Amino acid sequence: MNADFPVALILILGAALVPLLRGGLRTVYMALLPLASFVWLLALPQGEFAQLQLFGQSLVLMRVDRLSLIFGYIFLIASLLNVIYAQHVEDTVQHVASLVYAGSAIGAVFAGDLMTLFVYWELTAISSVLLIWARRRESAFRAGMRYLLVQLLSGMFLLVGGLLHWYATGSLEFGQIGLSGAGGVLILIAFGIKCAFPFLHNWLQDAYPEATPTGAVVLSAFTTKLGIYALARAYPGTEMLIWVGTVMAAFPIFFAVIENDLRRVLAYSMNNQIGFMVVGIGIGSELAINGAVAHAFADILFKALLFMSMGAVLLRAGTVKGSELGGLYKSMPWTTGFCLVGAASISAFPLFSGFVTKSMIMSAAAGEGLQLTWLVLLFASAGVFHHAGIKIPYFAFFSHDSGIRCEEAPRNMLLAMAITAALCIGIGVFPRTLYSLLPYAVAYEPYTASHVLAQLQLLIFSALAFSVLMRTGIYPPELRSINIDSDWFYRKAGPLAARSIATAWKHLLAGGSEVLSAQAAEFGDSFARHRQPDGLLVRSWPTRSMAMWVMVMLLAYLLVYYLGK
Amino acid sequence: MSLAQHLPALQVVLPLISAPLAVLLRRGGLAFAMVTAAAWAAFAIAIALWLQVDSSGSISYHIGNWEPPWGIEYRIDRLNSFMLVLVSGMAAVVLPYSRASIEREIPRESHYLFYAMMGLCMTGLLGITITGDAFNLFVFLEISSLSTYVLIALGRDRRALTASYQYLIMGSIGATFIVIAIGFLYLMTGTLNLADMATKLSTIKGTRPVLVALAFFTVGVSLKAAIFPLHQWLPNAYTYAPSAVTAFIGATATKVSLYALIRFYFTIFGDSLVFEQLPLPEIMLMLSLFALFVANFIAIFQSNLKRLFAYSSIGQIGYITLGLSFDSVHGLAASIMHLFNHGIAKGAIFLLTGGIVATLTTRQGIPTAPTFERLAGLSKQMPLTCFGIVIGGLSLIGVPGTAGFISKWYLILAAIEKDQWWLAGAIVISSLLALAYVWRFVEVAYFRSPPVGQNAHGEASISLLIPAWLLIAGTIWFGFDTSFTVGSALNAAQQLMSNSR
Repeated sequence: MNADFPVALILILGAALVPLLRGGLRTVYMALLPLASFVWLLALPQGEFAQLQLFGQSLVLMRVDRLSLIFGYIFLIASLLNVIYAQHVEDTVQHVASLVYAGSAIGAVFAGDLMTLFVYWELTAISSVLLIWARRRESAFRAGMRYLLVQLLSGMFLLVGGLLHWYATGSLEFGQIGLSGAGGVLILIAFGIKCAFPFLHNWLQDAYPEATPTGAVVLSAFTTKLGIYALARAYPGTEMLIWVGTVMAAFPIFFAVIENDLRRVLAYSMNNQIGFMVVGIGIGSELAINGAVAHAFADILFKALLFMSMGAVLLRAGTVKGSELGGLYKSMPWTTGFCLVGAASISAFPLFSGFVTKSMIMSAAAGEGLQLTWLVLLFASAGVFHHAGIKIPYFAFFSHDSGIRCEEAPRNMLLAMAITAALCIGIGVFPRTLYSLLPYAVAYEPYTASHVLAQLQLLIFSALAFSVLMRTGIYPPELRSINIDSDWFYRKAGPLAARSIATAWKHLLAGGSEVLSAQAAEFGDSFARHRQPDGLLVRSWPTRSMAMWVMVMLLAYLLVYYLGK
Repeated sequence: MSLAQHLPALQVVLPLISAPLAVLLRRGGLAFAMVTAAAWAAFAIAIALWLQVDSSGSISYHIGNWEPPWGIEYRIDRLNSFMLVLVSGMAAVVLPYSRASIEREIPRESHYLFYAMMGLCMTGLLGITITGDAFNLFVFLEISSLSTYVLIALGRDRRALTASYQYLIMGSIGATFIVIAIGFLYLMTGTLNLADMATKLSTIKGTRPVLVALAFFTVGVSLKAAIFPLHQWLPNAYTYAPSAVTAFIGATATKVSLYALIRFYFTIFGDSLVFEQLPLPEIMLMLSLFALFVANFIAIFQSNLKRLFAYSSIGQIGYITLGLSFDSVHGLAASIMHLFNHGIAKGAIFLLTGGIVATLTTRQGIPTAPTFERLAGLSKQMPLTCFGIVIGGLSLIGVPGTAGFISKWYLILAAIEKDQWWLAGAIVISSLLALAYVWRFVEVAYFRSPPVGQNAHGEASISLLIPAWLLIAGTIWFGFDTSFTVGSALNAAQQLMSNSR
């Protein structure tokens, strides 16, 4: 076998054949692609392969080491699970897009230089947006557009940052970058957008809930985790990240509690989980990096499981609004069960995957003496149990009976959920297997009496808090509402400011002479007018005005030359 | 003397002869064969010349064995050998395409005239590129302009007449300015040979008549090259001309004018005068930025696809002049590269748009304008055409893997070389505008459902698709294998910069 073949191409090129196939054959073929890539990865030796010379720089298309391998494995697992989960979908666009998306995420993980990273980075953006648009409705289209703009903006930051970095260091290598130069800062912003750092995070809550039921599962697996990989590669031990991560882990809790759309709740819990990983990367010790990577691994699985169960609910019940659901456990017992496994994993119940990974980060934070961070993370753990572990299953499957009676999820969805749930429990029960794949050697033991007891106390008391609040009616009820956080700045403040300035401007001018007020009215809707067929921007110019411009230009040049002499 | 030594003359003479022959034959099919053969021959000659220049340096050919500076000299160096390949290559691709395309767009009885005019237009453009004589350049400029007016007026839409008339007026003003400039230069130097003129000018640089000549020339060529703000003739001309004409002049005519600008700035006036003593770089920079942002912005709001890409051309020309304004090897190389890369991408897009027009138009009917309402859901019916336009559009945006990325990369490098970080930023942001207008097409063609009551129609005919996809393939090819484009452009830029110092 040839280690120079970029493994990402198996998925990306393989996707090209998907439109030609139908039915069972297509499913088998699509499942074979990630499987084949997986086998390929297992056989790969470590090192740098597929080197190209371009623009006088050597590009490394395949850099295989422990860090890239573990992300490669989990991305392929997620891709395979998604193939199974989405098997019933007829829409070819979604199948192709998710394969290309997974492939480009894997390509980015194995990229050894910033140029290659950039190409795959953009490709993930372009392919993933199709999963949002595939919902084919106006709001999804708009959300997808915003998503695409943000993702491409991230790519632009990466490009400009990469160029600056190259300029400063003479190397395009994608290794430890750090914040020493302007390039490093820009690249960090690029990664931060993908990781959904606070104030750069709105695209996530905006776009994921608009994706198709199956699309959200794919989306949840790759984009943000790719950001985490990139951070772990380029900025380990950057102290600023500890604080960013701490804020990230805490603030989504409040929004998640009041949010009604359950997939949006999951999107917030995603922020929160990524916060843990960012803290781990910021600490930068071997234990912390291991914890961040392991948690990314586990998070992909349990977040996928939760999104899968919500996708099944959306498919069968037609909505994921907490206020409209309830009592679904009667109709969808299997889905309920799998959702509970996912909920237990994300809440870090002992014997579930979240427990063995999240506690590594917590221990690393405690070991470094970061008390404040440790406390906030503890609060965030309670919060995540509360909104993802209890709220989602409770409002969707239990709570008051909504009267919705629907079928159980399709068989392929159940199968995908079953495998994912098995993996979540498997990791929780046999953490050594996962630990052996981590970038550094692990001497960490999750199942000590103190760990287990502390975690159980935390969980039981937050469950108690939820029950008491529910009983006494203090808990915020599920309302049909759209909650706005910092996207207020562009959803509300921007247009508001623009409107008030326009109004003020009109008043100002209307206060003047009549001529001015006429102009003010003209100014107010000039933009709309200029877009119409005879508008200034669109209409053709009369010959005389063209000729006048020629005159103006000639005179301008002559004048400039005359003066310039 | 062997035939190979006369290649420079044949480069122009073959297309020139094909035009009157096409008129004499008076049959569409024969005229087509005649002019297409001439175009292919010209393309082969251009490649041969390029290879010759690449291996053994510049060629100087004396027409009729009259020694320069008295006789007319054809002078081929790295820059114009590269341009000859672009112009003749586009002609070689567009002509086979035109046969099926004008079937729907031009009355049958004028087909032979169309081919004759294409032959003349090609002659003019190749002549401007190859000649080393100032007045000869003006003559070829007129040949290409006059034939272009006719070609545009052949469009069956009646607005084509006004568009052509407007272009006639503006083009004449431009040509007059150019001839005035050449007159001033002749007055001051007593020679019309460009190389000779350059040596004689070096002693009298900065005298008033030379500066006036520079101003007239700049404005005249800016008009022909549609450099913002003298671009207003372009949208109508491109929109209403027959599709094959739009593709050909869109890919070559403005590019050749820009070539003339580069030639005069760097070979004749010398960049020490143009760029160091005069504030021309600043003016050019401002105008380029206006072109990038204003033209690209206007493009977003067009409802006719041809018009949208016409405005996009004005924006892309802005990148070319931006590269010039850096006055560095990399900047100049980026401009020269972009002449080529934009030429093939835009040529491909206009060819594909022409395919849409030909498919929507009923036989003998008025050509249907490719407005966005009519394009809704088009990707279902014409997947290859739509996909091709998207790839061409990606090149306009400058997505890696397309030719457009390469030239933008060098443009950004040039900006960074000059420590103009904000310019690199501006280039990137203006690409977002390009993304917006390409996106409009994608949204309409791929995500809207077809308008009710529209007749089902299939993919454009294969004879329309093959030439267009050749260019699309070129767009991708030159996005990866840059040895021809980047190599030629860097060599040409180095040659120009070293000569003009």
